[in-house]
Amino acid sequence: MIAAIVVTLVHLAFALAITPVLIGVMRTVRARLEGRVGGGVLQPWRDVIKLFAKEPLRAPGSSAVLIWAPLLLMASSLVLCALIPLVSTLSLPGAPGELFVVVSVLLLGTVALAMLGLESGTAFGGMGSSRHMMFTALVEPTVLLSIYALSLPAGTSTLTAIVRARRDDLSTLLNPVSILAIVALIVVVVAETGRLPVDNPSTHLELTMVHEAMILESGGRDLGWLEFGSWLRLTALLGLTVNLAVPWAIASDASATALLIGAAAAALKLVVAAALMAAVEVFIAKLRLFRVPELLAGSFVLAFLSVSASYLVF
Amino acid sequence: MSLVRLIAMITRAGRVAEPLSDPGPDAAIDVREGFEPPACLRGSAQVRHVDAGSCNGCEIEIAAAFGPVYDAERLGARLVASPRHADLVAITGVVTQNMAEPLRNTIDATPEPRVIVSIGDCTRGCGAFAGSYAVAGSVDDFTEVDVHVPGCPPAPEAIIAALRAVTRR
Repeated sequence: MIAAIVVTLVHLAFALAITPVLIGVMRTVRARLEGRVGGGVLQPWRDVIKLFAKEPLRAPGSSAVLIWAPLLLMASSLVLCALIPLVSTLSLPGAPGELFVVVSVLLLGTVALAMLGLESGTAFGGMGSSRHMMFTALVEPTVLLSIYALSLPAGTSTLTAIVRARRDDLSTLLNPVSILAIVALIVVVVAETGRLPVDNPSTHLELTMVHEAMILESGGRDLGWLEFGSWLRLTALLGLTVNLAVPWAIASDASATALLIGAAAAALKLVVAAALMAAVEVFIAKLRLFRVPELLAGSFVLAFLSVSASYLVF
Repeated sequence: MSLVRLIAMITRAGRVAEPLSDPGPDAAIDVREGFEPPACLRGSAQVRHVDAGSCNGCEIEIAAAFGPVYDAERLGARLVASPRHADLVAITGVVTQNMAEPLRNTIDATPEPRVIVSIGDCTRGCGAFAGSYAVAGSVDDFTEVDVHVPGCPPAPEAIIAALRAVTRR
């Protein structure tokens, strides 16, 4: 029990520490490939610390949604980081680490964001919310289906158990089921975290915004929670995907050495994956909004094929 | 463009950003008497740019300052899409009758602590547009300006110097 609590705290501390660095790595890789110097790997840290020092400015007439939606997003992202096996596969006894619970927690943050977008009362906020919900409706089935395909050999839908089973039996890593599911999951990560080609995180054009459009009316501390909460979702989803794809060096107990090795390995895997994602972003443009469902439907088909194949393979 | 050609172009171009030169004490900017940049803006300042009635000359220089060669992002400055996200309001041009109210609203919508930077000669004394029936006044008539960048248009180096006066990097 105490070991499980230690592991959960390590997960939270790890996620909080690495997330701004991950975003910094992505921005720096992008800047270097564009010939710029960039703000440096620690710039996102400076940005959020500054945001927390600023007064939140809320529009007159707005309701309490503007106050609690950022907190709800942050809280749901923290729960997500605690439930997902980032560093160790030891799970809190009694805490539901089920696939469906994790997807619901993810959805809670999404709904909080969409409510926030609607609350601002501007045309762009509502537009961003409706686009975001459309993407979510297309993405959630893919998450469920692709992880379901991976859960079949493990015989359980608990994420920690799936990762543990994949680490212990490496023969499940390189087969059509696993590869199809991982590719589907990568598209999901890109869509859920608002990266290119689904959404452009550095856009200034309101008409093309999705995530940015919803948070246009939040400032100061509120914006700090929103930014950090959305970044944590990237860490959680990317961490889950890389740990499912390359489940090496993940700790299975709470000993200090195992946790240190696990944290170092997870940090390395996340940084490499984030750098790759940023490098690919340099070469692609944003998809037209009405083409995005085609991409997401494609990832759903991959997940579906993965499930079908799993009945042939296993 | 093919992937191979793009990769070749990226490797050939390498780093195009010029090294930051030391601004020195006589940098070409006017800092308000007694202006102390807010401590929390050290190393990070998001910029909301308001064109209050500019001829777009200053806009080209601002775009250059945030482009690859001058690369203002390394100072921790970034252009943002909403005044709610901003710490620094960069105003260009004379204030026209139609932009007076939007300018006031933008400044009010920027959370404290905020810094007001005016860019170009038009923001102080209205430049070539002084006396026009469309002009409501210069930026100084509407708000207290913390940092002024003179020039018509100012060079990107001067805009970078103004940003450095706030982020101190």
